[in-house]
Amino acid sequence: MSDTIIRTERRPETPQSPRTSGGPDTRRRAPAATLVKYVLLIGAAAVFLGPLFWLFTAVFKTPEEIYRFPPAWLPTSLSLDNFTAAWQAAPFDRFFLNSAITTAVGTALKVANAVLTAYAFCFLAFPYKKPLFLVLLGAMMVPGHVVLLPNYLTVASLGWVNTYAGLILPGVGSVFATFLMRQHMLTIPRDIIEAAKVDGSGHLRTLFTIVLPMSRPILLTVLIITVVEEWNNFIWPLIVTNSDHMRTLPIGLLMLKDQEGLANWGTIMAGTAMVLAPMLLIFLLAQRYIVGGLTQGAVKG
Amino acid sequence: MSTASPAAAPAGTPRRRIRREYLLFLAFIAPNFLVIAVFAYWPVLYNLFLSFTDWNLIAAAPGYAGIGNYTATLTDPAFHQVLLTTVVFTGVVVAGSIVLGLALALLFDQPLKGRGLVRTAAFAPHILSGAAVATIWLFIFDPGYGLMRALLQPMGVTSPDWMTDSTWALPGVIIVYLWKNIGFAALIYLAGLQSLPKDLYEAAAIDGAGPWTLLRRITLPLLTPITFFLLITTIIGTFQAFDIIAVMTAGGPAGSTTILSWQIYDEGFRAFDAGRAATTSIIMFVVLLLMTGLQTRYLEKRVHYR
Repeated sequence: MSDTIIRTERRPETPQSPRTSGGPDTRRRAPAATLVKYVLLIGAAAVFLGPLFWLFTAVFKTPEEIYRFPPAWLPTSLSLDNFTAAWQAAPFDRFFLNSAITTAVGTALKVANAVLTAYAFCFLAFPYKKPLFLVLLGAMMVPGHVVLLPNYLTVASLGWVNTYAGLILPGVGSVFATFLMRQHMLTIPRDIIEAAKVDGSGHLRTLFTIVLPMSRPILLTVLIITVVEEWNNFIWPLIVTNSDHMRTLPIGLLMLKDQEGLANWGTIMAGTAMVLAPMLLIFLLAQRYIVGGLTQGAVKG
Repeated sequence: MSTASPAAAPAGTPRRRIRREYLLFLAFIAPNFLVIAVFAYWPVLYNLFLSFTDWNLIAAAPGYAGIGNYTATLTDPAFHQVLLTTVVFTGVVVAGSIVLGLALALLFDQPLKGRGLVRTAAFAPHILSGAAVATIWLFIFDPGYGLMRALLQPMGVTSPDWMTDSTWALPGVIIVYLWKNIGFAALIYLAGLQSLPKDLYEAAAIDGAGPWTLLRRITLPLLTPITFFLLITTIIGTFQAFDIIAVMTAGGPAGSTTILSWQIYDEGFRAFDAGRAATTSIIMFVVLLLMTGLQTRYLEKRVHYR
């Protein structure tokens, strides 16, 4: 997979590339066009990096540096006072623990569901597969907000309010991830599966020794997407928990913000960084897998 | 077991194998379908029931209200405003994500130095917590000490009081939502662009087609399935936009950022009016069904899976 990335990254910058060549005069037009493209690229970088720069400089700024105009663009020291203040204002250690548990267990169950369901729909025979898949896809059209109140009532009647079961289980049904996995599995040549079958391989073995290894990029993609989803989940934890003890990080951040108001941006930004940094880190480490996975998933065979 | 090919096997064996395969199929999909039945389909029915009641979540049993909730909701001018806001918000975010996402993808598809880094930067916001992103932008929009003022003031522009001004709150929220979502559309489009058959472009280029023609005649049509996928997922995602609005404006000021998803939360969990919340939920569901249904019908002939 890294092969693919390297190859596309280093596509030669010659005007013979079929996609960019327009005619015999391309060579003369190229420098101006390239300049415009670089300006656009730098503009895009500024738009997307600006807010993150604003965040990660603010966490180290003193109140004097934040509350003046024009603002100090860079902090003068790397003081951690803002983090200490945020930690004292709200139980961030507990929020961390709750977010970690919810994310880990929720992701494991959800991805298992996605893999099994996608495999079943791709490689197992069943009479009503098509309508069943539509039933599954149909669930994607049921927006989370439509089911909010009834699900709260269901969870309450099960006695799951303020529990990990209540936080996790309603969300482990997988439609989108199943859809992605299936789209990829459909591109696996059926000959390979048939050959395995003829060789006497059972479906579980085929799943683990052939299909999953061939789906590694998309599996990682699905895994990362799910981790991110679970970690960032907002409205469900907001509703199904009502004690500090069970709150997850994003909800804790909302509480911190409401508590500190607009008078203490340094502290609030420190809390924000704690919510956001783990996903940013995972993303920077695993981004190649997401991009590579999606790219390979789109390229057939 | 034997050297006989599957075709030559006795009639009973494949049939038994098929029955076992049916059972395996059911076992594989059962956990997923159970959760989806209990937490996605059942609540729709439950909601339908609640929408004909006037329950306040405290009384022992919901009282029957007939279609009272529906007539009250549909004739409520405040609700019309919510619908309008939802349409504007969804329309701008969906159109913006797709157009700007495609533009970014085309840019990232060019052989430019550093494009990998910018692609990373563009996609990063998508995976960040909406609550965290909203909090950052609250600070950016701070009329006194925010980044917006620091950037606009030197150009002689007064930064509006974004989040407390009912004219600017919705555009502000839309900016944040776009910032967070364009990168995803760009990444999906880029994956599509890189999978397009190169020989087609070579052939068209030999025929003298310019870049614009290539884009319109080859790239866009071949990307239809991806556009379709993005349309559906973005609409559904935007309809459920909640965290950014909850953190930045809580539906305000003066209801100017109240879209359907916030309205449902407000009615159900702040006003404890289960009947009205359920009614709004059902209306939202129907609107979403109609929209995705129409799109599916319209695009069915042009989208070619397999």
